[in-house]
Amino acid sequence: MPIQTLLITLIALLLFSFFIGSKRSIAVSSVRKGRRNLHSRPNYYGFMVAIWAGLPAIFILILWSVFNSSIVTSLTIAGLPEGMQIQSKDELGLFINEIKNLSSSGNIESESDLVKKDAAFHYQKLEEISTLAKTTLVFVIALLGMLFGRSLVKPETRARNMVETVVRWAMIMCASIAILSTVGIVMSVLFESIRFFNAVPPADFLFGTHWSPQTSMRSDQVGSSGSFGAIPLFVGTLLISAIALIIAVPLGLMAAIYLSEYASSAVRSFAKPTLEILAGIPTVVYGFFAALTVAPFFRNMGESIGLSVASESALAAGLVMGVMIIPFVSSLSDDVISAVPQAMRDGSYGMGATKSETIRQVVIPAALPGIVGGILLAASRAIGETMIVVMAAGLSAKLTINPLEAVTTVTVQIVTLLTGDQEFDSPKTLAAFALGLGLFVITLMLNIAALHIIRNYREQYE
Amino acid sequence: MTDLIGTLPGMVKSSLESEENKLPVVETRDEFDVEISGTIGKPLVQNAKMSSRNCDVFYGDKQAIFNINLDIGKNEIIAMIGPSGCGKSTYLRVLNRMNDTIPICRVTGEHTLDGEDIYAAEQDPVLLRARVGMVFQKPNPFPKSIYDNVAYGAKLHGLATNRSELDDLVEASLIKAGLFKEVKDDLLMPGTGLSGGQQQRLCIARAIAVDPEVILMDEPTSALDPIATATIEELMDELKENYTIAIVTHSMQQAARVSQRTAYFHLGKLVEVNDTNTVFTNPEHKLTENYITGRFG
Repeated sequence: MPIQTLLITLIALLLFSFFIGSKRSIAVSSVRKGRRNLHSRPNYYGFMVAIWAGLPAIFILILWSVFNSSIVTSLTIAGLPEGMQIQSKDELGLFINEIKNLSSSGNIESESDLVKKDAAFHYQKLEEISTLAKTTLVFVIALLGMLFGRSLVKPETRARNMVETVVRWAMIMCASIAILSTVGIVMSVLFESIRFFNAVPPADFLFGTHWSPQTSMRSDQVGSSGSFGAIPLFVGTLLISAIALIIAVPLGLMAAIYLSEYASSAVRSFAKPTLEILAGIPTVVYGFFAALTVAPFFRNMGESIGLSVASESALAAGLVMGVMIIPFVSSLSDDVISAVPQAMRDGSYGMGATKSETIRQVVIPAALPGIVGGILLAASRAIGETMIVVMAAGLSAKLTINPLEAVTTVTVQIVTLLTGDQEFDSPKTLAAFALGLGLFVITLMLNIAALHIIRNYREQYE
Repeated sequence: MTDLIGTLPGMVKSSLESEENKLPVVETRDEFDVEISGTIGKPLVQNAKMSSRNCDVFYGDKQAIFNINLDIGKNEIIAMIGPSGCGKSTYLRVLNRMNDTIPICRVTGEHTLDGEDIYAAEQDPVLLRARVGMVFQKPNPFPKSIYDNVAYGAKLHGLATNRSELDDLVEASLIKAGLFKEVKDDLLMPGTGLSGGQQQRLCIARAIAVDPEVILMDEPTSALDPIATATIEELMDELKENYTIAIVTHSMQQAARVSQRTAYFHLGKLVEVNDTNTVFTNPEHKLTENYITGRFG
């Protein structure tokens, strides 16, 4: 039975289990006092029986699927003629793959090699047995589970507690998946970075001011070592992010104050979603806007007043990125400003404060933690942004803080290091992991700072 | 029963009518059909600090207050009592134009402070509110230090020219509000860290610091425990030497303890105003009598 049919049948069985579980609980309860002698509601007995039917069966199914392939493979190898088994591991693996392909191709008969033909038939047979055994076992276990679960349905059985325990563990598993993937990603980046730091001293990477990660194929070529000073990249990242924040913070904050304090509800209901659309525009669209419209505009303007502006400049990239992150600042600030209690404003008005005094001296300070949180979120977004910078800021790793020149950022260099054909153990490729780790540490620190600010300075309103 | 009464006059009536069958406390239907035809008692006084004539207030299409005529005498404490939704808080907010901050609210009639029309076109509500201060039901200190909370209004209105004057003003206000002893070592601590009663006295100190002529108090002790309430009531007694105070309260004992005159509001109308003693010992109107004897409200 194919896996889909198996699963559908199993689900049907679970529904049936639920049904008989709840029916059974009603049957065993006494009707007197409206079924009050039943510990849990009938639904919970249904869920309990379904859990008993489903969980062990699904557990077996998963185990079987995990080990099926290796067991069948080793049985196939064991069935090969004596001479074949002493091959090296790689050759054996290749041979087994051929057999698998052959058996799934459907015309084993046309195969000329007798050994392969036999092995393929053997393999196919083992697979069939395995599937049959799996189906039978799963159903038997599901049925046994169902019967056992049904036998547990008694008025004094604490079905609700049991179901809730299972649900709690299910939720714990869901939560751990997110956490485990974070840990996994950090670990893999960390280990690859350690490999990189074996080849390149950490001090060279962290404090070097020259970035040119070209490594040669042969050791006798010129420039074979490459240089991996990451300072220009981090300076470039900070420069562009700073420009973006200088644009986004005042604009976003002013927009938020207007929306929450001055705008009529009609304007607000139209303007707020419109602003938030900005956040939904793909960054690649911003990227070519920056590269094709903004950067040439700055270059031409620079020329007309006698400034030399690179055709790909940090200013163009930072400006467009600033526009991109306005919604992060404005939307979050708007929310926290609106959340400042009206009592606070009334208190200020009641003492003869004007609207602008109230906003500047009472509302904004009260909302400040949330505003700072929004700004830091926007900052980590700016630091991690790649597409706009690839297109508009260039690739040259120049150590400069002149916004009119082309700079490059950490994320852009990660992209260039990993695109194209690469060997995965050269320092050039591994450098991407070290850069990623550096970026991760910076954004992590920003997030920790944001959390700290929000937690320590948050006013508790009822 | 108080809980069941909504804020809108129309709803009040219907909820009263629907509840009377269930609640035996309400004796007869007649008690609620008593005609309110103009105010009984002495709504007008000789030395009025503030006065209102023909005051109507509307929220959108709904009328919340009907034709109120009332004087608030100089250096007196006037208590405004009545069931929830009777319009007493709304009326209080008429007196310093706080209702201006609610877009759908419309106030008519003639309102004066020292004979000066406070709703005149040339009158700036911001300046008015510096003269008519307000203390709110829930203590609402700003998220600033105790010192800055009190100094806030004084700084806005330029009442102190240098730091030491400001220090003196803050200290004097805190002393008047009876809070100085408790906080004199923590002036730079956040005002929100104080207890509820202390916060409310901080709000009073903040209102006093602006040196208003009238202080409006909207149920200033309803969120406080009896001890904090007693402290604030003593404070009000001292404050009336220098200020005129209008207080909205749900506690009839409080009204009886602190005020010289009491006004009873019902369904947006001013039913009876008189000396506090008279109102509580010898109410003229049936509704007033029912309310103060606890038949409803």
